[in-house]
Amino acid sequence: MDFKLDKVHQLQQQLFRTFAETEIKPLAKDMDENEQYDLGLLKKMQKYGFLGIPYGKEYGGCGSDTLAYTLCMEEVSRVDASSGITISVHTSLACSCIANFGTEEQKQKFLRPLVDGSKIGCFGLTEPGAGSDVQGAQTVAVPDGDDYIITGNKIFTTNSGFADTFVVFALTDRTVPAAKGLTAFIVDRTMPGVQVSDNIERMGIRAASNCIVNYDNVRVSKDRILGQLNKGFKIAMGALDCGRIGIAAQSVGIAQGALNEAIKYAKERKQFGKPITAFQNTQFKIAELQTKIDAARLMTWRAALSEDAHEKFGPLAAMAKLFASDVANDVTRYAVQMMGGYGYCREYPVERMMRDAKITEIYEGTSEVMKIVISGSMKLK
Amino acid sequence: MNKDIFVVVEQRAGHIQKVTYELIGEATKLARDLGEDVVAVLLGKDITKQAQTLVEYGAAKVLVVDNPVLEHYTTEPYTKAVHYIIKKFNPNIVLYGASSIGRDVAPRVAGRVHTGLTADCTGLAIDPETKLLMMTRPAFGGNIMATIVCRKYRPQMATVRPGVMAMPAREAGRKGEIIQVDAGLSPADMNVEILEVVKSAQKVVDITEAKILVSGGRGVGGAEGYNPLRALAKELGGEVSSSRIGVDSGWIEKNRQVGQTGKTVRPNLYLACGISGAIQHLAGMEDSEFIVAINKDETCPMMKLADLGVVGDLKLIVPKLTQAVADYHAKQKV
Amino acid sequence: MKIIVCIKQVPDTAEVKLDPKTNTLIRDGVPSIINHDDKAGLETALKLREAHGGTVTVVCMGPPQADVALREALAMGADEAYLLSAREFGGSDTYATATIIATALKKIGFDLVITGRQAIDGDTAQVGPQIAEQLGVPQVSYVEEARVEGNSIIVKRQFEDSAQILKVKMPCLITALAELAEPRYMNVGGIVDAYQKEVKVIGFDDLKNSLNPEWIGINGSPTNVVKSFTKQAKVAGTLMKDLTPDQAVAAIMDKLIERHII
Repeated sequence: MDFKLDKVHQLQQQLFRTFAETEIKPLAKDMDENEQYDLGLLKKMQKYGFLGIPYGKEYGGCGSDTLAYTLCMEEVSRVDASSGITISVHTSLACSCIANFGTEEQKQKFLRPLVDGSKIGCFGLTEPGAGSDVQGAQTVAVPDGDDYIITGNKIFTTNSGFADTFVVFALTDRTVPAAKGLTAFIVDRTMPGVQVSDNIERMGIRAASNCIVNYDNVRVSKDRILGQLNKGFKIAMGALDCGRIGIAAQSVGIAQGALNEAIKYAKERKQFGKPITAFQNTQFKIAELQTKIDAARLMTWRAALSEDAHEKFGPLAAMAKLFASDVANDVTRYAVQMMGGYGYCREYPVERMMRDAKITEIYEGTSEVMKIVISGSMKLK
Repeated sequence: MNKDIFVVVEQRAGHIQKVTYELIGEATKLARDLGEDVVAVLLGKDITKQAQTLVEYGAAKVLVVDNPVLEHYTTEPYTKAVHYIIKKFNPNIVLYGASSIGRDVAPRVAGRVHTGLTADCTGLAIDPETKLLMMTRPAFGGNIMATIVCRKYRPQMATVRPGVMAMPAREAGRKGEIIQVDAGLSPADMNVEILEVVKSAQKVVDITEAKILVSGGRGVGGAEGYNPLRALAKELGGEVSSSRIGVDSGWIEKNRQVGQTGKTVRPNLYLACGISGAIQHLAGMEDSEFIVAINKDETCPMMKLADLGVVGDLKLIVPKLTQAVADYHAKQKV
Repeated sequence: MKIIVCIKQVPDTAEVKLDPKTNTLIRDGVPSIINHDDKAGLETALKLREAHGGTVTVVCMGPPQADVALREALAMGADEAYLLSAREFGGSDTYATATIIATALKKIGFDLVITGRQAIDGDTAQVGPQIAEQLGVPQVSYVEEARVEGNSIIVKRQFEDSAQILKVKMPCLITALAELAEPRYMNVGGIVDAYQKEVKVIGFDDLKNSLNPEWIGINGSPTNVVKSFTKQAKVAGTLMKDLTPDQAVAAIMDKLIERHII
């Protein structure tokens, strides 16, 4: 069992790191301040395959794996968590549904443009009244001849401000609990009735697009159903398992990026006649935090390898996300502290990283939900 | 058997470049140590009239290849001419300026002659025992210096960095041999076709590429305060940069900011005018080759870092310095 | 159109170590990159292939660890890669290096050879022209723009204060400046593919019948390093006060002249 990355993954990591440092880092601050993702940057990432990493060449993807995807997520998130979530929602939530449950025809028609860098996807599950309680969903899809009419509101749909393809979950059977009556649909942005709001004003990952999407009698044909009728809940849960690995990797990236920035600053900043890193309490604290980041990274890799081996990886992904998101918040708070007054200034990146870190404990399943998943897998009752 | 030090003259559009005289000066010193002569190799079209100047700067002899095919520099005719001269006259050493011409023709000649060539030398000396030419040059972007010899092959060849060797004195009316050489050149020797000759366009400013930076801080006092710095930078052939205060105050553009949240620079000369040297600024320039600081405050961090710290008023010193540099350049013009 | 791009793997930092016995560089343990000028040459080759068809072959002379530089070139889109690596090649100066590379290029075959102008470790800018001489083809160095027209390449050749637009018939060699092209990144899927391709290794046995073994390696190099040394650490500076402005100017001018800054 080898914890070192092999040559392919090493070279991929080098690509992600160089790209993040050169192309993303200079834009991160302004994108956050303006609450606007740079679509030129997104196009560049698409061009180099960042948006189709774990999907097969037969669909126009990179033919790489989940581990490579987590490397991308970490390196990108080290400099910009918003870029991380943009890639993650597209890759782990939108694409995975179609890849795992689509017919061959649906994969060629809908997955291909997403993974070959032509289009962007998003995932419409959460509603104003249904967050952790997915089953509180109220969006409906009513049959009408050979079509379905989707009506309802989804909130916090990341990427929806510019996405082309929406994987949307709606109730097709209201006589049973949502777990048995939810269906997944593939909706195009251009369909009449799809209305996307402005960006929701948020504490962090402000550059990422995140909007309310109103589906006002959106007509979709039957061939847009992903998987089977009323069997959408499983698809959503499966996608979230994938997504959690992405978020874990994002958290590791935020944490490592923040710690690196703070250390760089602290080596130069002299107080009381020495650089701050010369004080033992600082050294000890850095050691503790790096240890935690390292642990979070290995947990993320383990979950990724498990997914690639087609095992039941859900609880591993939940553990990785639970732990890594906590580490991200811990580390970023300390990074600001270590940089003192300058850490609090928007001139330096760590305050943004601290604001960005909070959401990792909330989205794609709160830390509380992660504990439900983990304990649920432990046969405690 | 191989004798004399040949200097291949660098001329562009018929003007002999300063590096040639620097090389003649250096070759004169080496020739003294060897008991040999300095010979200039002058290539071009209608170029013979320039030969006397080379003699006046110290060449004992000038070998001239004056041919229409040498009007503009292209690799093959120039290589052929130098190669012919080497074969016919058997020099001990051949020196070229390390310019975009010298660094194109010299390796081609070295390949054709099958001899050693050392690039971009900053130091030349004759070893007293072996009488070999010791060629010292930077590598790894200047972080290492290497001394190189060419033991078995002749001539020993080097391209030499312009602006490093001292300019020799000119002795008007000095006498020397000027010899026309027919290197057997013809238009058929041109294996490239010149479609057009263009003058260089202005490039966009990138302070990280500038070899000389004149940098202003709080002491500059305002947007107009940078004007004397601009004049000095222009005279020195460098660029203007700034610490953070100038940018934050709107006195100068952000892409000229040096420092932790600006750019990191490593110029040959960093002239800090009225910059106190906060740690965030020093982090962006402390690796500069040579740092000169002008500041009223002798205790400020920049004065401690500087190789030369001058306590004084930049508003008085900078314009005078600009004039002094301009005067120096005027005297150097040949 | 068959294009060969010569690339060199160079150390990325200012940290250098020397082997005291041979006075050549110890390359282990220092992060490595494809030399900037060479990468621009590779990008140009890829663009020319996109416009005109053909193949892009990458050739690198170096130790076994240079393999990763070739993988990077493949991941950027090169079609095939050769590593020239042998104990006998080690310690070669520019003439010996050019001998080895030119011999290999003759075997591989080409219409156009693109090299970088200068590597950031050796800083000589000599290998490209010396390869061209040994191949017996026209060279243009300091190329900052290039396009193909039929059988010829049209380039902009940079001088200090001017430029020439030149037309050269292929086969020929050009040396690229970093300004020639902004290199693309590797493609994620391209990296996967790169490691599924074969990097062909050319060793001494493959070339020994086509070159003179006495002209390669340390012993075949016309030039030898007799001494290498790092530059001296910064000495404490001089502080001058109580000067009139004229005296201050004179002091500064002295230093500028002494250091050949003007």
